[in-house]
Order: sequence, then structure tokens, then C-alpha cells
Amino acid sequence: MAQLYDCRDAFAAALEEIATNDLRICAVVNDSVGSSKVANFGKRFPDRLINVGIAEQTMVGLAAGLANSGKIPFVCAASPFLTGRALEQIKADVAYADANVKLAGMSPGLAYGELGPTHHSIEDLAWTRSIANMTVIVPADPLETDQAIRAAAEHHGPVFLRIGRMPVPMVHDDDHRFEIGKAACLRDGRDITLIAAGTMVSRALQAADLLVAEGVQARVLNMATIRPLDTDAVLAAAVETGGIVTVEEHTIYGGLGGAVAEAVVVKHLVPMRILGVPGIFAPTGSAEWLLEHFGLTAQGIRDAALELVQAKV
Amino acid sequence: MRLVDTQHVERLRTLATAIRRRDLQMVYDAKLGHIGGDFSDIDILVALYFSVLRVDPNKPNNPDRDRFILSKGHSAGALYTTLAYRGFIPLDELNTFAQPLSRLNGHPDRKKVPGVETNTGPLGHGLPVAVGCAVAAKIDGAAWRTFVLTGDGELQEGSNWEAALSAAHYKLDNLTVIIDRNGLQQGDFTERTMHLDPLAEKWRAFGWSVREVNGHDYAALLDVFDQLPFEWGRPNCIIAHTHKGQGVSFMRDRPAWHHRVPNAEEYAQALQELDAQGGEHGSAL
Repeated sequence: MAQLYDCRDAFAAALEEIATNDLRICAVVNDSVGSSKVANFGKRFPDRLINVGIAEQTMVGLAAGLANSGKIPFVCAASPFLTGRALEQIKADVAYADANVKLAGMSPGLAYGELGPTHHSIEDLAWTRSIANMTVIVPADPLETDQAIRAAAEHHGPVFLRIGRMPVPMVHDDDHRFEIGKAACLRDGRDITLIAAGTMVSRALQAADLLVAEGVQARVLNMATIRPLDTDAVLAAAVETGGIVTVEEHTIYGGLGGAVAEAVVVKHLVPMRILGVPGIFAPTGSAEWLLEHFGLTAQGIRDAALELVQAKV
Repeated sequence: MRLVDTQHVERLRTLATAIRRRDLQMVYDAKLGHIGGDFSDIDILVALYFSVLRVDPNKPNNPDRDRFILSKGHSAGALYTTLAYRGFIPLDELNTFAQPLSRLNGHPDRKKVPGVETNTGPLGHGLPVAVGCAVAAKIDGAAWRTFVLTGDGELQEGSNWEAALSAAHYKLDNLTVIIDRNGLQQGDFTERTMHLDPLAEKWRAFGWSVREVNGHDYAALLDVFDQLPFEWGRPNCIIAHTHKGQGVSFMRDRPAWHHRVPNAEEYAQALQELDAQGGEHGSAL
């Protein structure tokens, strides 16, 4: 069994490290010191941890003010409340005003499991990706999380990052180099392409293993940047493999699958399957149970891919 | 009380009348704008830009500048006209207000207009951003100050009160909110729509140091700005009692003039009234 990681640890470590050398780095939280793992950041840089209390609109607006005054704030808060409660601040104060704010949506997707749909963040990619001037990143493992935090800090402009708490294995080799807007091809294949992000990347890789037994060679792309989308990688997948399955811990409307479909429709039409939460509020269940329930497993991805390959013939 | 320079006050008053006149012309030409709210806050803007703010139109991005944020972004016409008279943008450019591809959108855009610090329009956004500016200055130990002008109806937005808590918690005595207390909002009087009074007590309860002033009295405005910070360790709140549509008799205190555009007859009468107040003589100081 591969070792599993909580990407928030890599996030917190990277943030502290860049804050050591760059005095502009701040953390802004909504009482989410523990859940964002920034307690140690606060100990080391007390004047650069701004806790506004349970007040998401001010959290994001304040971050825009910091950014417009030369700071590089990382807003660290549970993704459902950061994106849902403060969406207008994200649109107007951050994206439209081009404030150099980094929004770290913690524990996204179904991570809060039994706490229910109020705490699930399965709309955040659709919301953030539809706003002009936003960059949207979903790292898949601790290595990529570390690199994505550094890339976000160096990138001038608004960035939304999803920082998962669901345990994930390392999917990248040490020589992986995350680049904003570039998909990583983790496995090549000619029969079909699995495009995944975040927690779903390791499951897509496992699905590709299962597909070998069916004589299917699947390409696996880690689409860590949802916007700007790597349309070249999508086009190549469409042309070279003839079918695409997307998989995301998000509603099937407007997220990764939507983004890929938009590119496929315009550039090179091929059959697709979009795996995710099928446009409903999730029933009660643990995060792991919910992923199973919605078929967001290696087996579920394999089944969808196989069905698509067979439909192609 | 500082000794008020009556000549200076008279110059500001004349300038404000000229700005009202130019703003009215702009709104009339564009057939779009919020003239009532503009006329309510122009005296505050003139006092700030011509007597209080440490800003330099030649260096609009100077890191040490005072920040001014117009939270009531629909009053962009007043801001643009004031910025033009202060030299941030060419006076001629006011002719482009709301025209296709103009920098002068119906609400201000900091990426396009020098002197604009954040993009406003939706209400309740300015104060949180201003708190962020003031926190940044505190982190840096910098001397520059942050001012934010809000409407009064706008205070019905809960985000303001979140930010009010933060400003007091972080002891932002380098932050000043000015409330354009004209008592009107788009549809009706504020107190008939959603009670705000007792307003000063609310801000005091939130930990702010509060002063009330006649928002059209330059001597009083300059005097109150001169006293900043009111108390060490507390954010400053100035409740400026104003009249929507100030300067034109038939607009004053009338809810209808929130975003009504005058017809030709009304325009002529308004110009006549402003000219009688010396509006045609105003020029940049």
C-alpha cells in the first residue's frame, strides 16, 4: 500500500518556506488556523497572519487591499465558504480589480463527507473558472502542491488553488515540474485518454492499470490547471486516442469535464464521458463512501472508459 | 480648532460648484449616471483631494500615497470629475464617460483610471478592501493613511460590519471611513427602508472613534480631518450629514434623483442654479 498524504501539510510547509524569504507573503484566514494548518505560520510570522474571524467577505476583500498595497496574501479557508460566501469579492475585488491574491480553498470536493452538502465544495471549479482573469489549479499530490504554491506566488494575478485533505498517494516522480497551464502526461496510451485532477489522478492511474487486462492502453493526463486549460494536450488526446473520460471530485457541470468538453467541441469532436457528482446534493456518507457511491473509483473510471472504447468501435 | 483659512474654503466651495457643473454636463451627455449621490459627496471628495490626501497625480502609484476608496462606486461620475480637476486624468476625457471603450466605465476600474484604488460597484466592498490597505501599512510601519467613502444605505450590507470588527480588532487608527449620510437610498429614505439609526452609537459599539460633521461645510470638514487620528489605536469614523442632490434645488433630498437623468429643461435650470453659485468660475487649484 502506497503511503498517503494530506496535501495541506505540503501547502503549509511551502507557504512557510516562501514566507521566510519573501516578506510580502501573508496568510489571511477566517478562524481557519487549524483547518488550514497555518498555526505554525502564525507563530513564525505573527504580523503576517491575519485572522478576520468568521467573516469570509471581509477575508477576501481585506486580502485584495493587502495585495493592492504590495503584499502577496494567501487566503486559506474551507473551499465551500471561501468560494460560496465570498464569490462577489472574488469576482470584483480580486479578479476584476486584478489584485494579486491567492485563494487556497481547503478541503474541497466531498472531503467533509458526513457533514453534508453545505460543506461539500463541488461547485468551486465551475464558479472560479467562469470568472475572467482567474487561474485555477488543482494539485494532485504533495509534490505538486508544493510546486503549485510557489508557482502561484510567482505568478502575478489572482489564483484559486484547491488544497485537498483527502489522503492521496504520490503520483509524480521527483523530477516532475508543475507549470501553470500545462497538463502532465503520467502514462501514454493510444486507445483512450483519462483526464483527471486532484484526488482523482491516482484513481485514473489505477484505472489505466485495470484497463490493460482488457487490452486497452489508456493515456492518463493530470490536468492540474483547470484554467487556462492545456487545450493542446486535450486536442492531442482527442486526435490520437479518439475518446476522453474526465474525472473530478466536483459536479459534472462546469468543472474539468466542462472545460475539456468546451475544447473538444471546438477543436476536434470525439466521444466523451464526464465523471463526477451528477448534479445532485450528495446523500449522507463519508467522503470515501461518497466517492464510491458516485463511481469515482478506479473501477468506476475503468468501466466508463471501457464502455466508451467499445462504443467507439 | 485650527484657524480656518476662509479664502481656501471659498476656493474649495467654488471648485466644488464647478465640479458639480461638469459632472452634471457629463451625466446629461451620457444620459447615464447617479447625479443625486454625486452631488451628495462632491464636497467630501473636494475636501479630501484638495486639502487632505497626500497624493500626486504625476505618481499615482507612489507606494507612500494615501489611499482613497470610493465604496459607493455608483458615484463614479463625482470621482472622475474630481480626479480630472486634480490632474489624474485629462478634463477632456470626461466627454468619453460611459462611451464604448472609454476608461470611464459606469463604475470605477483601477486598472484603467489612475487614482482609483479598487473596483467598486457592488455595495459593501470598499471597507473590507480599505481594512486590507490599512493592515498592510501597519505591517510595514508606513505613515500613509487609508480613507474610504461609503454611502449610508450601503451600510445595510453585512460585509461592512465584518470589516468594522476587523478594523477595531487590528487597532487601525490609520483608517478613516466617511459615511455619506444623506438619508436616502435608491428606492426611499434609509430609515423607511431599513433603520440605520442610531448610527454613531453602532460605530462606537464596534470600537470606532466617531465624529459627526456637516458634509457640505468645508470649515467643519477640514477641521475634523485635521484631528485625525481621533484616538490612538482606534479606527476613525466620520458621519458626514449631507443632502442628496445638494446644489440643485429640485434634486435636493429627492429619492427620484438617485439615478435620474435630467431632461433639457431640468438641465438648463440646474446649470442656471449652479452658475448662480459661481460654478462657471471654478478651476483646478
